[in-house]
Amino acid sequence: MATTDHGVTSPTRARIDVRTLRQDRWWLSPLTTFVVFTAFVVYATLRAFMGRDYYATPYLSPFYSPCLGDCVEGASDFGQPFAWWPLSAALIILIFPLGFRMTCYYYRKAYYRAFWLSPPACGVAEPHGSYSGETRFPLILQNVHRWFWYAAVLVGLVLTFDTVLAFRPMPAEYAVGDGETSGVHMGLGTLLMIVNIAFIWLYTLSCHSCRHIVGGRLRHFSRHPVRYRLWTWVSRLNESHGRWAWYSLFSVAIVDLYIYLLATGTIQDVRFF
Amino acid sequence: MAYDLKLRVWRGDRDGGDLQDYTVEVSEGEVVLDALHRLQATQTGDLAIRWNCKAGKCGSCSAEVNGRPRLMCMTRLSDFEPEETITVTPMRTFPVIRDLVTDVSFNYRKARELPYAELGPRDADGKRRMMQVDVERGQEFRKCIECFLCQDVCHVVRDHEDNKQHFAGPRFFIRYAELDMHPLDTHDRRKLAQEAAGLGMCNITKCCTEVCPEGIHITDNAIIPMKERVVDRKYDPLVWLGNKIGIRNKDNEGRAEV
Ligand code: SF4
Ligand code: SF4
Ligand code: FES
Ligand code: FES
Repeated sequence: MATTDHGVTSPTRARIDVRTLRQDRWWLSPLTTFVVFTAFVVYATLRAFMGRDYYATPYLSPFYSPCLGDCVEGASDFGQPFAWWPLSAALIILIFPLGFRMTCYYYRKAYYRAFWLSPPACGVAEPHGSYSGETRFPLILQNVHRWFWYAAVLVGLVLTFDTVLAFRPMPAEYAVGDGETSGVHMGLGTLLMIVNIAFIWLYTLSCHSCRHIVGGRLRHFSRHPVRYRLWTWVSRLNESHGRWAWYSLFSVAIVDLYIYLLATGTIQDVRFF
Repeated sequence: MAYDLKLRVWRGDRDGGDLQDYTVEVSEGEVVLDALHRLQATQTGDLAIRWNCKAGKCGSCSAEVNGRPRLMCMTRLSDFEPEETITVTPMRTFPVIRDLVTDVSFNYRKARELPYAELGPRDADGKRRMMQVDVERGQEFRKCIECFLCQDVCHVVRDHEDNKQHFAGPRFFIRYAELDMHPLDTHDRRKLAQEAAGLGMCNITKCCTEVCPEGIHITDNAIIPMKERVVDRKYDPLVWLGNKIGIRNKDNEGRAEV
């Protein structure tokens, strides 16, 4: 392993010629993160560029919501202001969830460690010759995280609306039993969307910027009892922010995959009622 | 139950040194510092170790055990297999003096660069008043025992000697946060934290939190809130607009930038 003369092997330090003396499997966690994130990015990119199979009545894939481009019938609940957009409709809105997650404090930690090896694990020397952290362009842009948080709240509301719509009755050809199609419907897709929206909200509300905005920025909690209470709640959620980050990543992908399989006719929706 | 422990200890000084192997008799329930003391008493009378309380409270016995920054007095031998070799080295971020003792004066320099609290005027009756909820948040940071393990593990300085000049480190970020959250302090330290202390160098990879023997949530409760406060000051157009049109957060009134 390459040694350096600016870090743990620089002249004044105790002379030890290895970058770490750790004997545990410190590489396991960054490796796992690397593999899972890469898989997600590949999957999400493919699906986002596909531009089809994102709607299976009454379910709309979270990658395509709100569907503002030239979307298939029934998918656009907020109109089609970007109907002229020649590419996949996912590309219009994905910048918001993508930006939110890329600038998230938890994801930053995870990808700085797993992708940039800065550092790969605690007490394991990083391979870079120089380091300026988040002080310069482009990483100084991480400071806009709270703007993506505002957007993420809106996206969360839209996805909540989609989840409500997932209870819509199915069209006649999906009818089961005596052909009943009116009233509400619930299928496995609805259930997956409920789980997904729960994780999305847990993730969004446990955000560090949210914690700061609701009350963390105050210096006198005693003068703002309501905001103090909110801050206490968000702080509790915030302790598991990393967990919500992972769970919501999986749930989004699973909902999309389920809808893809429905839309392509590979499987049939499991209907509860 | 006594057994023979295989110890590998770094011996040397600034001119050089290496890992040396020893076998020491230890008993179950002992800690790494006990083993080193027995080594010193029976085989290596000149082994240099810094220690004091043996209770995880003075912060003197910081070193690296199997490559991980730890307090030697709080690292139990029972956490290792009896046949495992335990490697102990000095902290690898600070200049070594001899054997396990390092020169931690970097931290004292950084402490001096941090302006102390400047309290506002007293109430009419000559007292100062603070509400418990307002001081609670900072109390977590008072648990710090200044072991400097967080400073040792932080890759910003551990892996880049040249950053030492412009980076205060996690131990001092908790101090910045504590004072910035102080209900009576009149200094606004956000600019200082960003510029002189190099808060932006931290990439929140959380190793400081991982090693802190006091379990202080350094990254979540001090560094990230400080980063957010810096964003308030500099990168949030809503806050800027609020200040321009006069709807400002009264909470920061009476503070002056240092
Ligand atoms: S979170 Fe920041 S201060 Fe703490 S060890 Fe990592 S880079 Fe250093
Ligand atoms: S913050 Fe924790 S690790 Fe850092 S010096 Fe204080 S007690 Fe030690
Ligand atoms: S979403 Fe992770 S910190 Fe904001
Ligand atoms: S000897 Fe005091 S902390 Fe270990």
